[in-house]
Amino acid sequence: MNPKQTDRRRFLKNGAALAGLAVGASATALPAAAAAEPALEKVDELHLYGERSHFVTTVRNGSINNPERRLKDEAVAFGLRAPLQDSVGMITPSSLHFTISHGFEPPDIDPQEHHLLIHGMVDRPLIFSVDEIKRLPFVTRFHFVECHGNSSPRGPGGDARISKDATPQETHGFTSCSQWTGVLLSTLLKEAGVQKGATWMIAEGADEPKHSKSIPIGKGLDDALVAYGQNGEPVRPEQGFPLRLIVPGWQGINNVKWLRRIDLVDEPYMAMMETSRYPSMRLDGKSRWFEFELGPKSVITRPAGGYKMPGPGFHEITGLAWSGAGAVKRVEVSADGGRTWKDAQLHDPVARKAHTRFSAPWTWDGNEAVLQSRCTDETGTVQPTILEVAKLWNADVDFLLKTQQVVGDFNAIQPWKVNRDGSVQNALV
Amino acid sequence: MRLSKILSAGIFFLAVNVALAQAPSYSNVGRTPTKEEIQAWDISIGPDGKGLPVGQGSAKDGAPIYAAKCAVCHGANGEGGKIGPRVVGGIADTETLTTLKPVRSVGGYWPYATSVYDFIHRAMPRGQSGTLTPNEVYALTAFILFKSNIIKEGDVLDQNTLPKVQMPNRNGFVPARFADIPDEHKRGCTQGICP
Repeated sequence: MNPKQTDRRRFLKNGAALAGLAVGASATALPAAAAAEPALEKVDELHLYGERSHFVTTVRNGSINNPERRLKDEAVAFGLRAPLQDSVGMITPSSLHFTISHGFEPPDIDPQEHHLLIHGMVDRPLIFSVDEIKRLPFVTRFHFVECHGNSSPRGPGGDARISKDATPQETHGFTSCSQWTGVLLSTLLKEAGVQKGATWMIAEGADEPKHSKSIPIGKGLDDALVAYGQNGEPVRPEQGFPLRLIVPGWQGINNVKWLRRIDLVDEPYMAMMETSRYPSMRLDGKSRWFEFELGPKSVITRPAGGYKMPGPGFHEITGLAWSGAGAVKRVEVSADGGRTWKDAQLHDPVARKAHTRFSAPWTWDGNEAVLQSRCTDETGTVQPTILEVAKLWNADVDFLLKTQQVVGDFNAIQPWKVNRDGSVQNALV
Repeated sequence: MRLSKILSAGIFFLAVNVALAQAPSYSNVGRTPTKEEIQAWDISIGPDGKGLPVGQGSAKDGAPIYAAKCAVCHGANGEGGKIGPRVVGGIADTETLTTLKPVRSVGGYWPYATSVYDFIHRAMPRGQSGTLTPNEVYALTAFILFKSNIIKEGDVLDQNTLPKVQMPNRNGFVPARFADIPDEHKRGCTQGICP
């Protein structure tokens, strides 16, 4: 917690105490009112930045995995997961957006000091201040950001994901969706003049390890954007303040936070993450490197793991669906383990490369049931079952569940089992 | 006099017009960085060695630097510790890649020696990144590669020799050709999963 936050919390407590005193004082004796006046001002100040109800307690879980803190606290979780089970609509509140920063704290960047350099194979290298970026034509778009290991049997969440008690947060919490505002990267690249032969770009952050990622230039000229806004406010520090590269529909690792440099080059530069951590391994020992687009995926968020059915009767099923290839075209829901499927309703906005909220009516008869959802995107691609994923991996399901590595881009259908006692459990395994 | 003024103004006008035709669309937004600025910011290193600075170092030079600046996190012999992952590892690690517990050490997994230089230079040591000199980074890279049985203790790494180092897992990645990477449809990726 930084000193400012500490101050604010202390102030909140003092302010509340003073407010109580003020009310008590004015009820007993008038002369005390003068002393209470400054307190009232402080009470007004408390309203300047809104807080959620103290009855609402949903939070992320996991850890930022700072290895220096890990020495004291051995619980290792790789990142902070969004509480999807409590989500409504298709936007993730910025404060609950998942975050993975490979063990590093977010940098504390003064936006007045921050710049973005575009150089390499361009006609005119350019350097922009954050204010200059904000003077350019902008777009506002809904996009999800998802870690490639999200929902992997042994992903960044470790064994929590395959536990029978896993909630949607544990199974799918490494995805989040925001309304991003910023300048299309293509606008900046055109200003700089992309030279013939520039086929890749290296995007780099201003964090301590200066994360860098090679991205094909075609994506930069298509729909990538340099975002300064998230859900109606500046991008939050842990999400890349003041500038974040948003690479719609592609593995989260491409969405470089604290963006400070774009270098146009003629080949992938084989940065650490893309050659050592993010390739997904095949059974023959070869690794698939530079996988980008995330496939169609969906998850029922309620009723789902960790939820307790209040009893037989009506219960709307709801969840989220998304695809890196474009818009969600259709979501089907099954309550009988996949024997029969019914179309769910898609709720607006249904945006390209964004979470889409779906729902379907359901009346529980009190018997065992298995709930699952299946997403089809605008290209007609259908979310696979775990059997189909295994087939595409040329492996058996057992391997997918037992391997100690991340099964990258794992997008299998997620089953939730509703037991007779009303408990709901993860039924992937 | 008057005529020449008009003429020169005309020429100036033409010149401006030509310049504008190739100029950026948004006036006075962003500026041209100096060469020095670009040099200071540009730390990318390509797999062919593009961007590597002048300097050199061997494993012998690297051993004391490793002991002083790296061992506290990565272990005395690069075996890994609570803070830093394992960095040393050779063929034996490469052979784990077909098992349920693949080991992705620098020596056994990373395909390019240039990435080792790049990462040490940009990110290490934790909390003091950017403080190592090129000679120190070459020496530390050499130390890790020597400990992984990839180069000899006396081998000197520099701009020319580093990109030529053959890493054990260099051919362990698909697709093999860079040109084939960006097109995921050609790669045969279906339902969001690549073969």
